[in-house]
Amino acid sequence: MNKTRQRFGNIDTVREKYAGALSVDWVSRSRTIGLVLAAFALLVFGLIHLEFSPARMIDGVGQLGLIAYLMLPPNPETWAKVMSYAISMGETLAIAILGTLLAVVIAFPLSFLAARNVITNRILQLLSRRFFDSIRGVDTLIWALIWINVVGLGPFAGVLAIMTSDIGAFGKLFSEAAEAADRRPVEGIKSTGGSHIQSVRFGLIPQILPVIASQVLYYIESNTRSATIIGIVGAGGIGMHLSEQIRMLEWQQTSFIILMILVTVAIIDFVSTRIRFSIIGPTAR
Amino acid sequence: MASAVQISSERSKILLKNYQDATSAKRRQSLLFLSVIVLVVIISCIIAEVRPALFWKNAGNFTDYFGRLMFLDNGQSVLSDPAEWFWGLKKWSIRLFETLLMAYVGTLLGAFGAFLLCFAASKNITRSFWVVAMTRRFLEFSRTVPEIVFALIFVVAFGLGPVAGVLAILIHTMGALGKLFAEVVENIDMKPVEGVSASGGGWLARVRFGALPQIWSNFVSYGLLRFEINVRGAAVMGFVGAGGIGQTLLESIRKFYYSDVSAIILMIIISVMLIDAITERVRHRLIGEESR
Repeated sequence: MNKTRQRFGNIDTVREKYAGALSVDWVSRSRTIGLVLAAFALLVFGLIHLEFSPARMIDGVGQLGLIAYLMLPPNPETWAKVMSYAISMGETLAIAILGTLLAVVIAFPLSFLAARNVITNRILQLLSRRFFDSIRGVDTLIWALIWINVVGLGPFAGVLAIMTSDIGAFGKLFSEAAEAADRRPVEGIKSTGGSHIQSVRFGLIPQILPVIASQVLYYIESNTRSATIIGIVGAGGIGMHLSEQIRMLEWQQTSFIILMILVTVAIIDFVSTRIRFSIIGPTAR
Repeated sequence: MASAVQISSERSKILLKNYQDATSAKRRQSLLFLSVIVLVVIISCIIAEVRPALFWKNAGNFTDYFGRLMFLDNGQSVLSDPAEWFWGLKKWSIRLFETLLMAYVGTLLGAFGAFLLCFAASKNITRSFWVVAMTRRFLEFSRTVPEIVFALIFVVAFGLGPVAGVLAILIHTMGALGKLFAEVVENIDMKPVEGVSASGGGWLARVRFGALPQIWSNFVSYGLLRFEINVRGAAVMGFVGAGGIGQTLLESIRKFYYSDVSAIILMIIISVMLIDAITERVRHRLIGEESR
C-alpha cells in the first residue's frame, strides 16, 4: 500500500486527476438498483401469488427425496414390459422422423414465399412470415391435443403435431438460409439467359441444401425429445407409459423409462452429430 | 436459337461425356441417399400406424375442425361478435398472467441457480476435474429430462398447482442456462482478472471487476432468450395439472368448446409475440451497450 502511495503521491491528487474514472455515476447506479429491486419485488409477488410457502416447500422436498429413494434402482420387473417400452420408444423415433420429414416437404416450398430474394412481393412475404410466427407460438403439446380431436388418439396425431410445429420453425430457418445465400451463382445463371425459376433451382437450391439437411437432422434430434412427451396427452410414443407409471406411483418403472429416454436421446444425438459433421464439415456446428 | 459459338460435333460429344461422368457419381449418391430416406419413412409409417386410406377418408375432418374453431355456438362467425368470442377474457387473462408469472419466477430462479453453478462448471475458474465433471453431468441431466416430465413428478410431490410448474421450469432452465453460462465464463479474457489481482484485489474483487463486466450482458441476454422459451413451456404446464392457462385450454379442447380454443390460442400467440418483441429490443440494447 505504501509503495503505491509513493508512486502516485497523495490519494487526493489522484482523485482529482482521474475524476471521471473514480467518481460514481449515481444516476446510472440508482437506475440499476431500481431495476434490480423491481425485478426482486416481482419475484416475491410471484412467489406469493403462485402459493409458494416454506411449509409446502419443506414438505414437497421431503416427498421428492422419498420418490428419488423409491426410484432406485430402476427396475422394469418383467421382460414383457421392457419389450413394450422398447416398441413405444421405436414409435417415438418414428413419430420424430416422420413428423420432421413431412414438415420439410411442406415447409420447403412455403419458405420461398418468405424469402426476400425469391419472391419480391412484400405483402406475400409479410403474410407468410406472420403465418410461421404464429405456428411457432403454439407449443407442440397444444398441437398434439388439437390433432387428437381431428384424427383420434394415437401416434398419427403425434406425427401431425410434430409436423405442424416444425413447419413454423423450418419456414423461418429455410427462408433465412435462402436470404443468406451467395448471390453470384444466381446472377451467373441469369446472365447466361436462365429464367427466374432456373436461377432458383440451379443457383440457390444447391447452396441451401446442405444447410437444410443439417438443420433437418438437428430437428430430428430435438424432436426425439419432443416426441417422448407428446404421449402424455395421448399422441403416441413412450410418454404414454411414462405418465401412466407416474400416475400409478410405480417409481422404479418410471426411473427405468426416464433412463431409457436419456440413453436413446444420447444415441440419436451421437449419430446425428456424426452425420451432420460429414454433411457440412466440422466447422459449422 | 442459334448458338453464338460454333462447337464441332466431335468436341461437343467429348464435353457431354465429361459432363455426364462428373454428374453421374453425384447422381448415384443422391439416389442412394433418397432411397435410404424412403426406406426409413416406410418403416416409420408402419411403426407409427399411418394408414393412408383412413387418412383420406377422414381428410374432411381437418378443414371441418379448423373451420369450426372459427364459429361460435350459435353458428355465426367469431368475427361477427368478438365480445361473445372472448366472453371469458377476464378469466383467461388472469390465467395468462399466472402463466407469465410462472415463466418469470422459474426463469429468474433457474438463472440464479445457473449463475451459482456455472463457475463450478468452467475449467478456467475451477481447477478440480471432478467438480467440473460432476457439475456438468448434473446440468446435463437437468436439461435432458423434458420439463413436463419433471412437472409430472413434482405434481405428485408438491401437489397440483403452479408450484410444480415453476419448479419444473426452474430445473430445466438451470440445466440449459448453466451450460451456456459456463461457456461464456470459459471464453472470457483473463487479462482484466489478472490486472485486478496484480493491483491487489481479492477473489471477490476479481470476479466483480475482472470477470463480471465481461459476462453480465451475455448472461442477461441468454436469460431473456430463455424467458421467451419458458413462456411457451409454461403455457402447457396446465396439461399435467401444474398451473397456468394450459388447464383452461385442455378443458376447452377436450370438451369441444371450439370458439374458446381459438380465443385462448390467439391470446397465447399474441402474448408470446409481444414478449418476443420486447425481449428482442432489450437484447439489442444490451448488445449495443456492450460494443460501445
